Amino acid sequence: MEALGLLLYGFKVLMTWKILALMMVGLVLGIFVGVLPGLGGPNGVAILLPLTFTMDPTSAIVMLSCIYWGALFGGAITSILFNIPGEAWSVATTFDGYPMAQQGKAAEALTAAFTSSFIGSLVAVMLITFLAPGIASFALRFGPPEFFAVYFLTFCSFVGLGREEKHKTIISMALGLLLAGVGMDTVSGQLRMTFGLNELLRGINFLVAVIGLFGISEILLTMEERLALRGHAAAISLRVVLRVWMEMPRYWVTLLRSSVIGCWLGITPGGAIAASFMGYNLAKRFSNDPASFGKGRIEGVFAPETAAHASGTSALLPMLALGIPGSGTAAILLGGLMVWGLNPGPLLFVEHKDFVWGLIASMYLGNVVGLIIVLTTVPLFAAVLRVPFSAIAPMIVVSCAIGAFAIQNAMFDIWLMLVFGVVGYVFKKIGIPLAPFTLALVLGNRAEDSFRLSMIGAGGDLRVFWSNGLVGTITTLALILLLWPLISAAAARMKARNPLL
Amino acid sequence: MTSRVVDAVVSLLLLALAALLAFDNWRTGMGWDSTGPQAGYFPFYLSVILGAACLYGLVKEFVARKQPSGEFVTREQLGRVLQVFFPTLVFCLATQWLGLYVASFLLVAGFMIYVGRIAAWKSLLTALLFVLAMFVVFDIAFDVIMPKGPLEAFFGR
Repeated sequence: MEALGLLLYGFKVLMTWKILALMMVGLVLGIFVGVLPGLGGPNGVAILLPLTFTMDPTSAIVMLSCIYWGALFGGAITSILFNIPGEAWSVATTFDGYPMAQQGKAAEALTAAFTSSFIGSLVAVMLITFLAPGIASFALRFGPPEFFAVYFLTFCSFVGLGREEKHKTIISMALGLLLAGVGMDTVSGQLRMTFGLNELLRGINFLVAVIGLFGISEILLTMEERLALRGHAAAISLRVVLRVWMEMPRYWVTLLRSSVIGCWLGITPGGAIAASFMGYNLAKRFSNDPASFGKGRIEGVFAPETAAHASGTSALLPMLALGIPGSGTAAILLGGLMVWGLNPGPLLFVEHKDFVWGLIASMYLGNVVGLIIVLTTVPLFAAVLRVPFSAIAPMIVVSCAIGAFAIQNAMFDIWLMLVFGVVGYVFKKIGIPLAPFTLALVLGNRAEDSFRLSMIGAGGDLRVFWSNGLVGTITTLALILLLWPLISAAAARMKARNPLL
Repeated sequence: MTSRVVDAVVSLLLLALAALLAFDNWRTGMGWDSTGPQAGYFPFYLSVILGAACLYGLVKEFVARKQPSGEFVTREQLGRVLQVFFPTLVFCLATQWLGLYVASFLLVAGFMIYVGRIAAWKSLLTALLFVLAMFVVFDIAFDVIMPKGPLEAFFGR
């Protein structure tokens, strides 16, 4: 197997003291970020990104992805002990996790959450190991029309599959694409939408926007809700861990089902949130005792955690193979790739083997080490939550400002961050989703370039997007997804009018 | 103020932005020339899409105007939000004149003392340790240079 050989090579890349140390630092920082209310995967990664600017790309991505794994693990701690989901995808974990903690079974719930996260990620990483190289080499044959079709598909699937009001998803996405276009036009060199402001010549940096949208706005929201932290103490003993592990094989169907759901939803942009709820609901539906869910059933922890992590991990597959992130955090990692001077897309597998396989190997290693760290240090991280929020909030603000400034050494970016913080706060309150905005902002330029290159190649003929079977299928699929809400509404109306259909 | 009103105001603002950007891109050139679409082509149509989506939202909120809508933010909540927003604003201003590290010290210590009502010595000590840790991590260990002010100049960094 070629993939296995390359994976071994990846492990060899990892085996230096420096990278291993960075992994540990990343994991601990990530758990910390995941535990703190008001921070989480995407903002944690965005804020800590500047730490990696002076590193080589491999060390940088290993550290960042470990922050991400850590944040995924950390989210479960707050859900179970404090009934506060650190992340949106941990919401489903609170349904049964918190009741378990109330019944004095916090250690069991935590062990179950960590272990099932581990299993979910492991399945997804294996999927990446064996599928990503194939997809990438297939994508090497893509020309601009194919790439534009894939970008278009990504955007359309947000509109078609998202749970938010459709026009709000479109607003968010169009705004992201527009802001991505500010500054110098990459094809003609003309200036656009700068209104004579020198600061806008460079364009609006994606990471600055993300730090404001997620970091600052989250602080504002957390202050508004005034979280009262009342948690349960927990320390995990080896005996409990072994007992939960002995119990696990009984739930193999749930674990497998959730992994599959997670992987599927992770690859299609839709994300971990939908996956965790779907995993939970399906486990409940197929259970022979659905009424016991929500009252502290261990299966109710296994199901959403496995699905959330499988999806969070597999979201990196399209990022690596095609340069299209499957989630907000993946989008930020992609932004990181560009900062370190790498060109995301299928060529990565050819030109930067050590980077790609180092990253994939670090996913295996990071998850194992992460599992050990969280199982042994839960009391420590739970104590973090007893630190008053009025001490943590200003520190998060400072970290956000450092992150925003460091990207381009510009004071203007700190102000921009503040503006995006307010925008993010208002958008979240009126239900305009932020994920499509993030994705559009990071992919905007490349989507536009591929569109214009296809147009130049085809002499302005839009039929180029149906010029061969592959690109035609993708474009048609994208249009169907875009119009899906209309199609399904029409179908429902037909059915209502004629119940026999 | 209800959420519906805020929703409508945001839609109007975005509509104005869409119109402004559409105009700017029309000026840049939104048509085709010998090399294909001009620089303003893509953003022009995006502005149109943005404007259309905002209009749709406005009409939708208008049609539903009789239905009850939740409060956007209560007075008490707004007070708490401003409690963190205002110091952040001052912090950004202070960063410009005093440098990031001094501004951070003031923000953390001030916020803990006045908003959190935590004992002054605890707050000052926490702020000092935090700022020193940041300085060591970013300025010394990772070579990421932050805006600096008179205090850093005094110490020759």
